[in-house]
Amino acid sequence: MEYLEQIAFVAVVAAATFFLYRRINRIRQNILMGKDLIRNDSRPERLRTMLLVAFGQKKMFKRMVPAILHFFIYIGFLVINLEVLEFVLDGIFGTHRLFAPFLGGFYTVLMNVFEFLAVAVLLSCVVFLLRRNVLRLERFMSSEMKGWSKLDANLILVIEIVLMMAILTMNAADQVLQDSGVGHYAAHPTGHLFFSAMLKPFFEGMAQGTLVFVERFAWWFHIVGILGFAVYVTYSKHLHIFLAFPNTYFSNLLPKGKMNNMDSVTNEVNMMLGLPTTNADATPPPTAEEIGKFGAKDINDLSWKNLMDAYACTECGRCTSECPANQTGKKLSPRKIMMDTRDRMEEVGESTAKGGNGLEDGKSLLGDFITKEEINACTNCNACVEACPVMINPLEIILELRRYVSMEESGSPASWNAMYQNIETSFAPWKFAPTDRFNWADDLKNEKNTK
Amino acid sequence: MSENTYQVPTMAEMAAKGQSPEVLFWVGCAGSFDERYKSVTKAFVKILNKVKVNFAVLGPEETCTGDPARRGGNEFLFQMQAVANIQVLNAYHIKKIVTACPHCFNTLKNEYPDLGGNYEVIHHSTFLQQLINEGKVSLKGGGEFKGKKITYHDSCFLGRANNVYEAPREVLMALDAELVEMKRCKTKGFCCGAGGAQMFKDAEPGRKEVNIERTEEALETGAKTIAAACPFCLTMLADGVKNKEKEAEVEVLDIAEMIAKAEGL
Repeated sequence: MEYLEQIAFVAVVAAATFFLYRRINRIRQNILMGKDLIRNDSRPERLRTMLLVAFGQKKMFKRMVPAILHFFIYIGFLVINLEVLEFVLDGIFGTHRLFAPFLGGFYTVLMNVFEFLAVAVLLSCVVFLLRRNVLRLERFMSSEMKGWSKLDANLILVIEIVLMMAILTMNAADQVLQDSGVGHYAAHPTGHLFFSAMLKPFFEGMAQGTLVFVERFAWWFHIVGILGFAVYVTYSKHLHIFLAFPNTYFSNLLPKGKMNNMDSVTNEVNMMLGLPTTNADATPPPTAEEIGKFGAKDINDLSWKNLMDAYACTECGRCTSECPANQTGKKLSPRKIMMDTRDRMEEVGESTAKGGNGLEDGKSLLGDFITKEEINACTNCNACVEACPVMINPLEIILELRRYVSMEESGSPASWNAMYQNIETSFAPWKFAPTDRFNWADDLKNEKNTK
Repeated sequence: MSENTYQVPTMAEMAAKGQSPEVLFWVGCAGSFDERYKSVTKAFVKILNKVKVNFAVLGPEETCTGDPARRGGNEFLFQMQAVANIQVLNAYHIKKIVTACPHCFNTLKNEYPDLGGNYEVIHHSTFLQQLINEGKVSLKGGGEFKGKKITYHDSCFLGRANNVYEAPREVLMALDAELVEMKRCKTKGFCCGAGGAQMFKDAEPGRKEVNIERTEEALETGAKTIAAACPFCLTMLADGVKNKEKEAEVEVLDIAEMIAKAEGL
């Protein structure tokens, strides 16, 4: 019987590992549909950014209330996972509270810390549910937050609450069993656990068999729940719990105002102006195929970092709530840009895996997911980029899409085309005679300088 | 050379005399052509004259940096402009550039190096701050802004894009004014609505214009002067103030104009 439980446990872990492996591989393949981009430079600075922003949650603390609540859940996640190690070892070896004899009194301290965090996580999740469903904070009510996105967010919070309740139930039942001196429960005392002890009255009247069942059920529920949740997370917006780390590590370290230079265009411009092409020795002129198209029409025209950004997005909506276009009622929502990119990646990845048309399905990110009206509304103000707690950059995607519209479709708004023409003919975005450019100085040159 | 008028030497004149300036003042298209904004250019030149900075302008040889084209997605046009400008700047061996336009500033500083244009580029807010710190601009008593409520609107291309938040504020502090911040400022500053080539087209359909939203926020501070450090912001906020029919009470000024005024220039 005992072996049966161990075999079942190993089978469950193996199944979870299999599903995780398969899914992570899919995500990896999807991200690698993106174009090359070198982000291996300045490692110390990257490491520092990751430690500050992801590990240290620096950007979360721009909004104190969610930052503190999120911090509890985050620390809970990190620390309670240490307990999962004991769960897994107990599951494999058929032991009970394997670490208790080794750690002695410290085990009691540790368990109390875990329980405190479990309660903190639980309460934080309740507050988060209230913020979403009762207070109905504006950033959770936008049009892109309907259907699956809304359900996903609520499911995650409910699952976390239930998982924490399982830990507390397990510990409460365990303590009652210890009090009654039952077998290995009494042999591995946990000591007094402050929070779960409060639940003891619920269990004290129960028969020993029922108590053992409750304790075992809660143990299994918690560990299977965690494994199931780990798999679920990879299909959910909640993937940020892992991707926040690489996403901040590989984030852009240059000033936010800098747009990436299109070297393929530089070569053409230099040829047109009869200048030596840059890096002529290092890189041969690209072939038409290498140039591909200008800008981005679909996900494979974006960089792998843009695509990783999309998977790292947890749809918190800080970007959208600070976007001037969105806040004045325009259709643009930076969060939706990220969600669309992710949805399109999933669609293409799924189709490719099933032997379908993949990218060649007649659809594209631009047009079928993101409209010109959205990208045209962007003021390039970088508020979304600044707001993101995990350094996602929706602006880069918007600008790549604009490049496609302008250079491949000549589909920019008419006023922009007129502005381009002014630059070409008058060397200024407005239609003024270039010869008048220096006229502003005429008055000055005659004005008396009395100082 | 007459000493009692303002000097606006061009690079061509300087080069002809075999001279080179300490700094090139990049005027920008708004600074050259926009009726309202030309006064900012003039104010800055007056300050440069007063503190006897050895500067020059490109004059008729300057052309658009290409920023609005690049932001709109027209990379070809941007690079054509950039390469042409870089040829001129490099031919004159320009080392240091100051500009009042955050868009020109961002492009010259961050984007021209990729195309062979490497210069030390500073925004006029930083330049003015340095002049004040060095005691070259003394602002005895702060002049007409002393004790008055001023609010400063962060330009996105100066602030978030390039992390210049303090220089313009320190310049305003030197005026001995009462600097009041808007609800959304610095890293959270709300855009005027003109960046990313929006200056050159109508906004998409929505509830409200971005500049009206921002102007309302600026007016809420009770400040009688809204300070800006960008030609586009200046235009957008001035339009917003007009829209709110507050132009008789509330002024929208560039920080260079304020320094020039306080100096009696």
